[in-house]
Amino acid sequence: MDERSNRQALVSRILTFSCVDGPGNRLVLFLQGCNFNCITCHNPHTINHCNHCGDCIATCPTAALTMDERGKVLWHEAQCTNCDKCTDVCTHNANPRIKRYTVMEIRELVRMHRFFLSGVTVSGGEATTQLPFIIELFAALKSDPELKHLTCFIDSNGHLPQSAWEKVSHCLDGAMIDLKSWQNDTHRWLTGRDNHRVIPSIKYLARVGKLHEVRLLHIPGKSDLDTEVEPVAELLNSLPDTVQVKLNAFQHHGVVGEALDWEKCSEAEMNRFHQLLAARTGDRRLTLPRVYL
Amino acid sequence: MSECNSPFLNRVQEIITDANLSPRQKNLFLALTAEAELPYMPVSEAVKTVMEEGVLCDMFEGHAPFKPRYVLPDYARFLSQGSKHLELEPAKDFDDALNMLTIIYHHVPSVTNIPVYIGQLDDVLMPYIGDLSEDEIHQKLKHFWIMLDRTLPDAFMHANIGPEDNIICRTILRVDAELKQIAPNLTFMYDPAITPDDLLRQAASNICECSKPHIANYPMHAGSYGDRRFGIVSCYNSLPLAGGSNTLVRMNLRRAAAKAKDAKDFLDNVLPACSALMVELIDARSSYLHEQSNFFKGFLTTEGLIEESRFAPMFGIYGMAEAVTDLFEKQGTTVRYGYDEQARQLAHDISAKLAEIVDNSPVKYGLNGRAVLHAQGGISLDTDATPGVRIPYGTEPDPISYVQTTASQHQYYTSGISDILTIDETVKANPEAMYNLCKGALNAGYREFTANVASNDLVRVTGYMVKLSSIAKFAAEGSRTNTTWLGAEASKNTGILDRAPRVVSFESNPVYNPTYS
Repeated sequence: MDERSNRQALVSRILTFSCVDGPGNRLVLFLQGCNFNCITCHNPHTINHCNHCGDCIATCPTAALTMDERGKVLWHEAQCTNCDKCTDVCTHNANPRIKRYTVMEIRELVRMHRFFLSGVTVSGGEATTQLPFIIELFAALKSDPELKHLTCFIDSNGHLPQSAWEKVSHCLDGAMIDLKSWQNDTHRWLTGRDNHRVIPSIKYLARVGKLHEVRLLHIPGKSDLDTEVEPVAELLNSLPDTVQVKLNAFQHHGVVGEALDWEKCSEAEMNRFHQLLAARTGDRRLTLPRVYL
Repeated sequence: MSECNSPFLNRVQEIITDANLSPRQKNLFLALTAEAELPYMPVSEAVKTVMEEGVLCDMFEGHAPFKPRYVLPDYARFLSQGSKHLELEPAKDFDDALNMLTIIYHHVPSVTNIPVYIGQLDDVLMPYIGDLSEDEIHQKLKHFWIMLDRTLPDAFMHANIGPEDNIICRTILRVDAELKQIAPNLTFMYDPAITPDDLLRQAASNICECSKPHIANYPMHAGSYGDRRFGIVSCYNSLPLAGGSNTLVRMNLRRAAAKAKDAKDFLDNVLPACSALMVELIDARSSYLHEQSNFFKGFLTTEGLIEESRFAPMFGIYGMAEAVTDLFEKQGTTVRYGYDEQARQLAHDISAKLAEIVDNSPVKYGLNGRAVLHAQGGISLDTDATPGVRIPYGTEPDPISYVQTTASQHQYYTSGISDILTIDETVKANPEAMYNLCKGALNAGYREFTANVASNDLVRVTGYMVKLSSIAKFAAEGSRTNTTWLGAEASKNTGILDRAPRVVSFESNPVYNPTYS
């Protein structure tokens, strides 16, 4: 790739230590913007890009947000105390505190932390909404002698067509895909989108050996992965043994709106779901949540 | 019974009638109380003043030291030569070796009365494995491990293994993860040139199970003391093998910084002046031990298991975070230790200056005539200063930023530095992340890697192991382990249980505190 690439990503957060975003410790890039609009979203301020309405400026206690002469909201990081008041008042599910990073900047950040890492995971929002950046970043890492041993992962909602997965698969080591519902109607209600691409994404990635993990979200009485356990189990049974299956319990942390009135997934309820699946999936290990908030 | 009418007698009676202490624990506190009745060894008025001000602290080691703080006997030599004093022949086989170790541990003194070092166990035991099978070794070591925890219940007691891969090393890691006991504490030596990655992975996975072992940067310690000439004891004190530490005196950098006009004055004037007083106190304490107590006439010395010349005083410091913050405050600048580069730089400069002072300050009884610098892990009575050079409780950044902020200081603390990284329990499902973090930290120059996995039942409170559930139970019931008692005090004074899962390090036996009964 071009060493002088100026391609930028809109990044809401970077973690240099994470043990829950793939194998080993990973540097995680959370990209801003999502093509789903889940009722149960735990980070709604990552869904949209800032529309520069300016509503947040007055709420900032340290004047870290200003409007420039072209009508754009500017964020002054040095003044920011991360009190989150701006995202609390945002009616647009966005965040004024987004940073732009070039591929080269992220590559150098990875280099700085390389002795601590198994790899890099791009998450979101929905990571694949900025796929060209991801492809260039992964290619840059894979072609760097000091960094090429690091594994490159994508955490995704699976709403990417196969033709797009094909563009990234040469530099992708693994993907983690969320499956939020089995029936399309339920999926559409919960996420605002069809799941017509999610299941094919899972199957395609499994076929090309790039599927690392499938996460099943259980929302008691709302999602349908328990009532549709037969086809869900059938899908899991079709996957290679190496694919991890993680069961995620719906929790209220970060959630806004009507889903706050929904029942949280308790440990007992999760165990019930687990038993339904485990009875149908043989020896496959199903990872349960460690913590219930 | 007649009324006790002196503070001394009152204290003695309080200890004797305490409802929570065991007879053994009472013995210890009675002895400390009696020793405290002797006049303090002679020191100058200037030393007395800084001790009263809380700038220097003798760790409650006593008024008339009659045993070194930490003793690291050469157990391999003991097994190969037997002991005239203990009437023991050289060890013939594995059982014999374990039995002999069990015996000698009861003859190794320390500040806590329980041996703080029980040996580089793979070096010590490998010559005796004969043709024992893996299962047989496992069974025997498991019994040995249970015996240690039940008869010497103190998490300051420290075993060492590694850096080579061998059956003893692997089996101890296995047994330790199976039993998850408080004692013994465990350090695994890691040398990237020798230690296989899968062995380090096993150690990292153990940390996820039970927050130990600690991982020691073997080449770094060997560089200070020589190959196989050191051990890690108590909580992360690195000291000469066949020797140890005669005393530990520590300086509260925060209180010292209060005497300075600004950072320059602190580095150029206050630190050297306080250090000179510290050396005076060290010399007074170690002179008493070496010249008056007759300790070095005992069988450990006469049979060659320790050498008087291999004992060094530990020059401890703590409260770096507050010292740095306060010094900037004096200049009208607010900094956050652990986040701001200028704070990191000043801390580094202070550590470098301390190392230079220690290198250039002869002591009367030292290793090659010198003390060894130590970032001290705090004791349960500390309320205003963070242990060693750690980032204050509850304000720690992510573990990698933590490492990158403090790593450059590790080179200076020859006798150990107790940075502890707190990792949330999600790491249990991904021990490879612990392995990554450990390798990264050692690569960054960490002398020791210690991680505490949050919400483990076994949490390290001030550097040793205490079960959280034990702390909760203690007030009502008393505890089988001495260190749980210490943990109870630490958690009460420092509020560690209220914070992000946390840790202070602890190397001292604090004074008897009747509020616990």
